[in-house]
Amino acid sequence: MVSSSRPQIQPILSSKDANIYYGNFLAVRDVTIDIPKNSITAFIGPSGCGKSTVLRCFNRLNDLIKTFKMRGSMNYHGQDLYSPEIDPVAVRRQIGMVFQKPNPFPKSIYDNIAFGPRLVKYKGNMDELVERSLRGSALWDEVKDKLKESGLALSGGQQQRLCIARAIAMQPDVILMDEPCSALDPISTLKIEDLFQELKEKYTIVIVTHNMQQASRASDYTAFFNVEQTDRGRTGHIVEYDRTEVIFQNPQQQATQSYVSGRFG
Amino acid sequence: MNSTPFSTPEDSSSQGLINRLKRQPSSPRTLFNSVMTIIVFVCAAIAIVPLVAVLWYVLEKGGSRLSLDLFTQLPPPPNTVGGGFGNAFIGTLMTVGIGSAIAIPCGILAAIFLSEFAAGTRLASWIGFLTNVLSGVPSIVVGVFAYSLVVLTTGSFSAIAGGFALAVLMLPIIVRTATESLALVPQEARQAAVGLGATRFQTVARVVLPAALPPILTGVMLAVARASGETAPLIFTALFNNFWPKGVSEPIATLSVLVFNFATTPYKNQQELAAAGSLILVLMVTIASIGSRLIVKRK
Ligand SMILES: Nc1ncnc2c1ncn2[C@@H]1O[C@H](COP(=O)(O)OP(=O)(O)OP(=O)(O)O)[C@@H](O)[C@H]1O
Ligand SMILES: [Mg+2]
Repeated sequence: MVSSSRPQIQPILSSKDANIYYGNFLAVRDVTIDIPKNSITAFIGPSGCGKSTVLRCFNRLNDLIKTFKMRGSMNYHGQDLYSPEIDPVAVRRQIGMVFQKPNPFPKSIYDNIAFGPRLVKYKGNMDELVERSLRGSALWDEVKDKLKESGLALSGGQQQRLCIARAIAMQPDVILMDEPCSALDPISTLKIEDLFQELKEKYTIVIVTHNMQQASRASDYTAFFNVEQTDRGRTGHIVEYDRTEVIFQNPQQQATQSYVSGRFG
Repeated sequence: MNSTPFSTPEDSSSQGLINRLKRQPSSPRTLFNSVMTIIVFVCAAIAIVPLVAVLWYVLEKGGSRLSLDLFTQLPPPPNTVGGGFGNAFIGTLMTVGIGSAIAIPCGILAAIFLSEFAAGTRLASWIGFLTNVLSGVPSIVVGVFAYSLVVLTTGSFSAIAGGFALAVLMLPIIVRTATESLALVPQEARQAAVGLGATRFQTVARVVLPAALPPILTGVMLAVARASGETAPLIFTALFNNFWPKGVSEPIATLSVLVFNFATTPYKNQQELAAAGSLILVLMVTIASIGSRLIVKRK
């Protein structure tokens, strides 16, 4: 069901025929997707179609959910992420995550950024790393004089950029973001979108968004998910995955066309 | 056609709506509200009365005896004047200290196990249930238990036996309050840590535990306060001693047992010392709770 113009570049993340279950409930079926390096890939689709579920599979965050089960394969640079020799903790250090709700730790701004590097006993200059990470998330100028203050004392938009800086500080390879702008005003949202363009020089970014304009403005590739009633519950699947301009201007599927133009059903 | 789509304030229907907004002191709802407010205040006052009365009683009876002598002298024989309870003060610190040294780490670790590692499992709900049962066991039963387990096997009443009995009493309080405190830490905080590549242990040690520390400390203080006032289990385990403590493996005086012994004697000197002992117990608990609050606030 995927059109011929799918990405040709060597994928950094890829998934083949993945079926994802919560207990007996099949949440998402037949996920086959190749995510190219140094690009921004957006996941769009109606609520409950499994965007977050798939995203969280890529850094094994779903392992925290007892009922979670995955059949099929999820690869990172060609290595199966779910093979028994893989340590999920190490996976999460390479593939960072930014959550929908900004969730700074109740610690100082500095300690928030230093948290990840300290976990791995970072040897370099911590002050430098903190500054670099905060600059990387376009927050440095706003907080450079109050690094000792609590991360919770920042505005929502600043907190989200703090969380991005915290993810960058781990020097990951990929950053997954689950609706990172959904709690933010339009100006903070634009700031973060500008940030994506800078970040993709160094990282690969996958974002889930409900904001069509954001997907069309900020991403290089877009995957449209939909959800259908099956005998094992309301199961999501990828309807179409292609370059963003194809998805928004010339989608091959009727469902995609309806969704991106705001006509449902 | 009307030029404005809005009705003007003089409009009779909107006047009716405005009237509804005005205060009506005699309406049933307002009356009910006032009566309930008064009742709530009276109940609050009633709840404070015993507290004030207890404080007043110990201050009046024992306040006059407050001096350094209390802490430097030994309990006096009957029909003498002066004296203190230095040995019992140290004994209370020792037994409660031993109890805390056992119960605080065990309790917090058990709570971490229950809420972070075994949450939702059969084992966790069984342990939770048994903890609740344990907190309902009368302290005198705990005393008998510690007596047969420690006193009979070691062959002697001792500070260790007393501390053990107190630990058994403190444990369920600490486990329960710490489990509840850990459960209050938002799931987002754990996810953030795990998402950054923290192991389970790192998540608990660096994020969850620090966030839950203030309410855990409150629970610990509650347990310490409860333990410092316990008398029944100490009579079976620490017994009493008229002299300065020489170690942890012999009978030892404690403030609560001293109060119990002296309050019921016919001698005025001893009765005053009992009241002063109660006062010191109350002060110790108060200072400890204020101190722990300050530590938590400073963080
Ligand atoms: N922990 C869980 N346990 C059981 N079912 C779950 C769990 N998390 C998600 N689901 C189910 O899996 C399906 C997909 O959920 P998911 O959160 O991935 O959707 P989503 O596309 O991210 O939706 P939204 O846009 O609302 O965030 C839903 O039916 C949801 O109820
Ligand atoms: Mg989601």
